[in-house]
Amino acid sequence: MSNVQWDESQPIVSIVDVHKSFGTLEVLKGVSIDVMKGEVICIIGPSGSGKSTLIRCINALNDIQGGSITVEGLEVHDPKLNKLELRKKVGMVFQQYNLFPHKTALENVMMAPIKVLKENKADVEKRARQLMAQVNLQGKEDSYPGELSGGQQQRVAIARSLAMNPDIMLFDEVTAALDPETVKEVLVAIKDLAQSGMTCILVTHEMGFAREIADHIYFTDRGVIVEHGPPATFFTEASDPRTREFLSQIL
Amino acid sequence: MLEAFSQYFVELADNYPRWNFIFFYEPRQWARIVKGLQYTLMLSFACVILSVIIGVVGAWLQNSPSKWVRRCVQGYIQFFRNTPPFVQLLFFYFALGQFTPSVTGPDGWTEVPIISNVGWAIISLSFFAGAFNVEIFRSGIEAVPESTQEAASALGFSRFQTYVEVVLPLAFRVSLPALNNNLVNLVKTTTQAIGIAVPELLYQCVSIWNDYPSALYPTMLLLFVSFIVLVGILVMGMSRWERATRIPGYGG
Ligand SMILES: Nc1ncnc2c1ncn2[C@@H]1O[C@H](COP(=O)(O)OP(=O)(O)OP(=O)(O)O)[C@@H](O)[C@H]1O
Ligand SMILES: [Mg+2]
Repeated sequence: MSNVQWDESQPIVSIVDVHKSFGTLEVLKGVSIDVMKGEVICIIGPSGSGKSTLIRCINALNDIQGGSITVEGLEVHDPKLNKLELRKKVGMVFQQYNLFPHKTALENVMMAPIKVLKENKADVEKRARQLMAQVNLQGKEDSYPGELSGGQQQRVAIARSLAMNPDIMLFDEVTAALDPETVKEVLVAIKDLAQSGMTCILVTHEMGFAREIADHIYFTDRGVIVEHGPPATFFTEASDPRTREFLSQIL
Repeated sequence: MLEAFSQYFVELADNYPRWNFIFFYEPRQWARIVKGLQYTLMLSFACVILSVIIGVVGAWLQNSPSKWVRRCVQGYIQFFRNTPPFVQLLFFYFALGQFTPSVTGPDGWTEVPIISNVGWAIISLSFFAGAFNVEIFRSGIEAVPESTQEAASALGFSRFQTYVEVVLPLAFRVSLPALNNNLVNLVKTTTQAIGIAVPELLYQCVSIWNDYPSALYPTMLLLFVSFIVLVGILVMGMSRWERATRIPGYGG
């Protein structure tokens, strides 16, 4: 279909020396990350270190000033890129859920496939109901976001992204706005997804969770990656002093 | 029954000469009132619809990436909001009306302009109310969180789809109370069409009381009552719409 050459032996997401500034404030100062298909990677780091900015660059919600990002071989920041091609591949879940408040939970899930992919409504509804069940929300199909708890809204948001059949999911501190009791139900949904083979990139402050599901953990500070590794070694053998300090505060 | 009704007003006019409800017993005057009401209704309906369309399109253009498009919309708003609607009406009809081509009328020999006085009244009043509607919708749009629109674009919605599917439906609900006020004003402002001889209700009433000065009070009463009813219907319709579009668990 497209002339882009990509196969699964290459990284599905490749971030190479990315620089990003807001005006004069340089937020990303040369970040590189490779993600293979099916991998789950977690990005951790102190507030303001550029985690959200980085993850938003991956689906072109932010532009970049240097370096490159490719998703399945697509050059994300190529001005000629058809954004729709990118967004069909990459789903994103936000900290504040950002559901469409005027649509029911089921309609939220169905909207993009119908309006964007122009799929048949009956097929989409069937899939949407399955997704609602997958995130444990049977019976809430006809509730409006305003009638759902934070945890339930966040699971609808996950289902909504999944309805587009993405290859990669981005999660930006999706449990940060939730009560401790409801955090778990969202984490369970993400874990199921990760175990089903979905490529996931998560920004999270849930260290226990990161340790459990991540294949690789990256620690960012002031716009650079200062430490990374698989969880088994990352938490015990981190050599960078800033990482150790951060971990000691959090764990 | 109808006979008795007319008879009552004939006698009332005999006993109290200032209260000559002539349109209730003289068919020709009644026909004038009916025609006036028809024009007022038609003007109101057309201007409400058009001004809302202008508001929606204008608010969309106001968010255009092009600086010039935004400036044009801003200029339009400033002009129509800051000048008297009556002057706008006269300007459209007398000044712009001169430049529109004319065609041969139905009688085959008179020249009639392609835009009639009624047409100009609809155009000028719609643009007048539309300028306010642009501002009303804009503030509604500003109330829609950026993050909600971002979620839509992350799902692959284009800028236009996001506007139609997400921004407008939410902005509409926020805008309804202000829109309500503006449309009420618009319906009342249709009476200014008398200035270019549109035969709406005020025009007909003035004609009647010029012909029959004894009918002055009754025609004025009729005017007030008609507009109270007309605006009442509009307000009722709007609040019904407001209730129908209320989102459970969202907003006030
Ligand atoms: N739209 C923007 N305009 C200007 N500056 C911004 C913008 N977005 C983020 N920044 C700045 O960029 C820096 C990194 O922000 P970012 O949101 O990426 O941090 P973060 O690591 O996600 O932090 P947190 O853990 O608090 O979410 C911050 O200093 C922030 O103030
Ligand atoms: Mg963040």
